[in-house]
Amino acid sequence: MPATLGQKLWESHVVHSTPGEPDLLYVDLHLVHEVTSPQAFEGLRLAGRHVRRPDLTLATMDHNVPTRGGARAADELSRKQMEVLAENCRREGIPLHQIGSRRQGIVHVIGPELGLTQPGMLIVCGDSHTSTHGAFGALAFGIGTSEVELVLATQCLPQTRARDLAVTVEGELPLGVTAKDIVLGLIGRTGISLGQGHLVEYRGSTVRGLSMEGRMTVCNMSIEWGAKAGMVAPDDTTFKYLERRPYAPRGAAWEEAIDRWRSLASDADATFDQEIHLDASSLEPHVTWGTNPGQVAPVTGRVPEPRSDTDARALRYMDLLPGTAFADISIDRVFIGSCTNARLEDLRAAAHVIAGKHVHPKVRAMVVPGSTTVKRAAEEEGLDAIFKAAGFEWRNAGCSMCLGMNPDILAPGERCASTSNRNFEGRQGAGGRTHLMSPPMAAAAAVTGHLVDVRELL
Amino acid sequence: MEPVKRVTGRMAPLDRADVDTDQIIPKQFLKRIERTGYGPFLFYDWRQAEDFALNRPEYQGASVLVTGANFGCGSSREHAPWAIRDAGFRAIVSPSFADIFLANCYKTGLLAVTLPESQVRHLIDLASEDPAAEVSVDLEAQQVRGEGFAYRFEIDAFARDCLLGGLDEIGLVERHQSSISAFEARRDAWLPSVK
Repeated sequence: MPATLGQKLWESHVVHSTPGEPDLLYVDLHLVHEVTSPQAFEGLRLAGRHVRRPDLTLATMDHNVPTRGGARAADELSRKQMEVLAENCRREGIPLHQIGSRRQGIVHVIGPELGLTQPGMLIVCGDSHTSTHGAFGALAFGIGTSEVELVLATQCLPQTRARDLAVTVEGELPLGVTAKDIVLGLIGRTGISLGQGHLVEYRGSTVRGLSMEGRMTVCNMSIEWGAKAGMVAPDDTTFKYLERRPYAPRGAAWEEAIDRWRSLASDADATFDQEIHLDASSLEPHVTWGTNPGQVAPVTGRVPEPRSDTDARALRYMDLLPGTAFADISIDRVFIGSCTNARLEDLRAAAHVIAGKHVHPKVRAMVVPGSTTVKRAAEEEGLDAIFKAAGFEWRNAGCSMCLGMNPDILAPGERCASTSNRNFEGRQGAGGRTHLMSPPMAAAAAVTGHLVDVRELL
Repeated sequence: MEPVKRVTGRMAPLDRADVDTDQIIPKQFLKRIERTGYGPFLFYDWRQAEDFALNRPEYQGASVLVTGANFGCGSSREHAPWAIRDAGFRAIVSPSFADIFLANCYKTGLLAVTLPESQVRHLIDLASEDPAAEVSVDLEAQQVRGEGFAYRFEIDAFARDCLLGGLDEIGLVERHQSSISAFEARRDAWLPSVK
């Protein structure tokens, strides 16, 4: 029977299946961080259980970590949470990339860059942006802390079968339009819950033409329209990215793996429960204006009239009036970072916009590389010098101001151009106002001091 | 987990759609290493407004939260259902829930049930007009009942069994030990290991 990529990935991980019950799926890689794991480890300890496969479990510190100064967290509770993770990893034999380690970074950045994220795998993490790893043709999704405990104990997860949804993107991306604009444009059309219960496959010539970094950006934000997972079938771009990464197969095993990976595509006659088509050539750079990622529009437009209570509430929170041109909205802060947009390619794209220019005097701007590895690579090619010369702060790797669990937060009322994934009320700091956009768009906003169409600067 | 069969009590109306987990429990309260103690921080930022529904005296002690669609969207933090439970709620009724949030509710023993938009509207209106009105969210009968109405809800059969039986899901999975070991023996040797 013809099958979708999602169905193939699902089928290949079924350990046990009983009609009327969820399928029991096997987890190939379990990523762990400090915030959503302590209660899970504690549960194991109380029940006298141990981690079944520490060799398939990797921990990092990312949510709480300070991005400047030393390796000590700013507050006692964060410090405690990180100490507890270190102790849990020691006790259970789980490798940990802690602050100061060469490979520390955001959990969804380090998995791919280490070559741990591979096509065909099932990957989970106690973090909703685990969908990022789907860019490699893996089945990857976020789980809660009780499920983290279940996976630690059994390496398995009971899951009710999800439906299939195809998003086909065709056409050439215009200048200044990025993967971020594809996914923001998509969510603007679908709203923020259409994906519920679905495995989403992104396909079409535009997706094929994206780099792995771009595909990760798109898959990352699958959760922002409610999807269970997002994925892209692996191809030569995927294989080229993976080859010779630290954990990628080598020699004969590499050839064997490639053969297997090439079969990971939806069959030509496979059917999806829903299909969405998007024309990339008509896309423009996007910015969000509200307090969820579906409240988004092309930057060339104006703040819309509210169409619901939610919209009206969002406009009040954002302190915006309908009809205001986006280009007339001044900003106070710029954040280039997060698991959505803090990989090397993102930093290059931002640096390209700001090279030879300077951050607007009223704006405070920062770059937070997604990982220590990204930071090193960026420094090797001199990107840090470009950012610093332009007046950006150049920070250490971490989740930083994407969620503000660390010292990097907005002050109440501050308005931020951000490359992260959520513009929820208070997300970047209580009372803070977030406009989501691509790295080049955020860089352009830093230079001009207001929301602006990056194409004016290219 | 304690078995959950039926929740009977007053309702608290939260008449908003797309309530995200950052609102349910803001990130500054995710630094605890325990599963409890989150109740005081439920809807922390929204509660700063005096007229916020959940601040009103007539809704103190309510055990059923009735709210708009796509409740619990956003992050995977299980701290969200922990906070709702800590604050005294035992059931949530909404037209729809975000996937991870719903799974987390079941694991926490919070009875999260979906009803059509029009029926949820009735419940929100009822709670707003008569805060003393009681409802029963009955998992065995799969009904939300009150004076003069009984609304049938659908729920995943396995989740229902787990809630009714108070089952330890890890224990259930451990019963498949031999299938798990057999699966592990079949896995490709080149799959990555972090050792």
